Amino acid sequence: MDHFPTNWGRPRNDAFDAYATHPIHQRPYNGPKDTFADGVQHTQQPIVTGTSVLAIKYKDGIMMAADNLASYGSLARFKDVQRLHPVGQYTVIGAGGDMSDFQYIQHILEELSISEISAQDGHELGPVEIHEYMSQVMYARRSKMDPLWNSLIIGGFKDGKRFLSYVDLLGTTYSASTLATGYGSYIAQPLLRKAVEGYEDTLTEEQGRKILEDSMRVLFYRDARSLNKYQIATITGAGVSISDSLHLETTWSFAEGIRGYGAQTQ
Amino acid sequence: MTSIGTGYDLSASTYSPDGRIFQVEYANKAVENSGTAIGLRVKDGVVLAVEKLIHSKLLVPGANRRIQTVDRHVGLATAGLLADGRSISNRAREEGANIRSTFREQATVKAISQRLGMYAQMYTLYSSVRPFGISTIIGGVDKNGPGLYIVEPSGVCLGYHGAAVGKGRQLAKTELEKLKLSEMTTREAVMEAARIIYLVHDDNKEKEFELEMSWVGSETNDTHLPVPDDLLKEAEAKAKEALETFE
Amino acid sequence: MASLAHPQQRQFNPYSENGGTILAIAGADFSVIAGDTRQSEGYSIQTRYAPKVFRLTDRAVLAVNGFAADGNMFVKKVKQRLEWYRHAHAKDMPLRAIARLIQTMLYARRFFPYYVYNILGGIEEDGTGAVYSFDPVGSYEREACRAAGAASSLVQPFLDNQIYFKNQRPAPGTSHPVHLPLPTVLSIVIDSFTSATERHIEVGDGLEIYVVLAKGRNLQGLEGIRGMQELTVTEDGERVFVVRRELKKD
Repeated sequence: MDHFPTNWGRPRNDAFDAYATHPIHQRPYNGPKDTFADGVQHTQQPIVTGTSVLAIKYKDGIMMAADNLASYGSLARFKDVQRLHPVGQYTVIGAGGDMSDFQYIQHILEELSISEISAQDGHELGPVEIHEYMSQVMYARRSKMDPLWNSLIIGGFKDGKRFLSYVDLLGTTYSASTLATGYGSYIAQPLLRKAVEGYEDTLTEEQGRKILEDSMRVLFYRDARSLNKYQIATITGAGVSISDSLHLETTWSFAEGIRGYGAQTQ
Repeated sequence: MTSIGTGYDLSASTYSPDGRIFQVEYANKAVENSGTAIGLRVKDGVVLAVEKLIHSKLLVPGANRRIQTVDRHVGLATAGLLADGRSISNRAREEGANIRSTFREQATVKAISQRLGMYAQMYTLYSSVRPFGISTIIGGVDKNGPGLYIVEPSGVCLGYHGAAVGKGRQLAKTELEKLKLSEMTTREAVMEAARIIYLVHDDNKEKEFELEMSWVGSETNDTHLPVPDDLLKEAEAKAKEALETFE
Repeated sequence: MASLAHPQQRQFNPYSENGGTILAIAGADFSVIAGDTRQSEGYSIQTRYAPKVFRLTDRAVLAVNGFAADGNMFVKKVKQRLEWYRHAHAKDMPLRAIARLIQTMLYARRFFPYYVYNILGGIEEDGTGAVYSFDPVGSYEREACRAAGAASSLVQPFLDNQIYFKNQRPAPGTSHPVHLPLPTVLSIVIDSFTSATERHIEVGDGLEIYVVLAKGRNLQGLEGIRGMQELTVTEDGERVFVVRRELKKD
């Protein structure tokens, strides 16, 4: 509604213009304005970033892992960041890449969930729907040359079915029984494939945790943007559960023997 | 209403000589003819209940809901024109989402209610629109605890311990006043709400009605949800029983 | 510091290459459309199963190769247009019309192209097998066979030789056949992919071969094929089959 009486037009004159059609008023535009319309910047590079996310299928559902670090370039800036985010009762979304874009994604998913709840139509969003939605959002943003700078893994369990799929800043999607983003795709993915492929229906939760913990440890040894503090999420028929932060046990005594690192004499 | 037909009731933008806006008063009439809606703010939550009059036997049970969900933690019940109720709940959802985007936190029940009040008030200002033919009871749980508000067609927005609008509001209010609301649990409030709705329903004048109830509070993890079927059945049974012993 | 001397610009690159290869061969009264199922980026295999070949109608199959995100979006939009056509006309769109539709849709994005090579295979309204191939901005032609994607430079010359009999001379007193029988075509397709898998790192994992048979044609040439499954939806029209095979995963 337009609350500015000056915009309501002239009072009509019954004598010569009974319906106030002349002249057709040029009204000032009072809608939303974008002050910076000619200087809008699009995301060119990520700023505060998260590293790998790992995910596997196992007997009871999906298991995911991500560490708690958000880096500012090579600076380990935030060390208590949760990169596994539950959406509804059936889905977890894990993110690598720009953390502010990830917070924005959490926000739009929250809005989506609320509009879905208030419809009260008995439908609930599952991992399939959330992955489809996210892939449309990511693809639309890359097509505007204004990408959300993330690699996302979406894992879930609904109606007795496991779901595990990936989508990134280009809108590229794929699914497999093991997934890894960032450095994890080079370092952890081969380990995960060896441990999981062919055993998706027999791996126990305990075995799954061991596989992810071992992979996270290898990543911590080799990925300079990683942290020895991480979380594991499980999504099963019983619902979503995201662990408290876990600590990786590591040994560094071998480093003493490495030339240039330990105390060498020659 | 002696001033009907004097010409001052045609537009919301015209005052009567004694300073009233008749369109707003007519809107209140629309509310008074509607089935009762009540809200109870108790120690750990809020219960909303509606006496939904069934105007046709051909309607599917559960059709034409009068309680809507606004946000995870907020619900509203309306009395008056059904379509206006849906329109205002859509606006309430927008306000909730807007507050969430600007402040990155859950909207308080008070904030949503006050914004709805401003919205309703705008419809009392122009000749091109008519005021909302509904009174809205907004209930929820936020960082300040349980909250319960009524927004009237005039745009007035006030907070309450117990709220009642619609046909049976007078009797409902006297019943609500008897209760120790601040010491009650939501579970107990569900029983009382059902009892009051059954009590104020006039069997002789009105046909059938459906009891529609929702709750939000510690029982529901602060989520606005319909009262579960078994509990609703239990509350209805108790309400009917209480009706026998009343009077 | 050269970077400070000149203003530098970096730009987000909205494209990627996801490897894989597709091909299609038209017979007299059938059409074969195939693709591998590996999806990769650089030296990483993203997944071993991401289909690149899609059944559009009972007489049209589309293979899409290049940038996977564009490919999936493009197929989604083509399918949507075909559904609208069904709602408006109560029949499936004819193959040559789908081909022209695809050209229009690709050219509409001339200045921000879908980075994909399309090959459309199926049966024309006159009952002949047909293959249409497209470039990313919509140039297209009807052909007897075409390979596209990562290993197209390996497969296309092979098809030229085996389908068009390029650089072959018929035995004295004989001539080359105009159309090859279905079993021969299937063998050529399978050989193409096993060979491409050997020599190209982006090809492998799985193979999906779609076969479209003209109305009334019998199953001759398909009997006893391992891993075959029928996908036909309508009755007494064209029939669609898919054959799934493993390829080497290294």
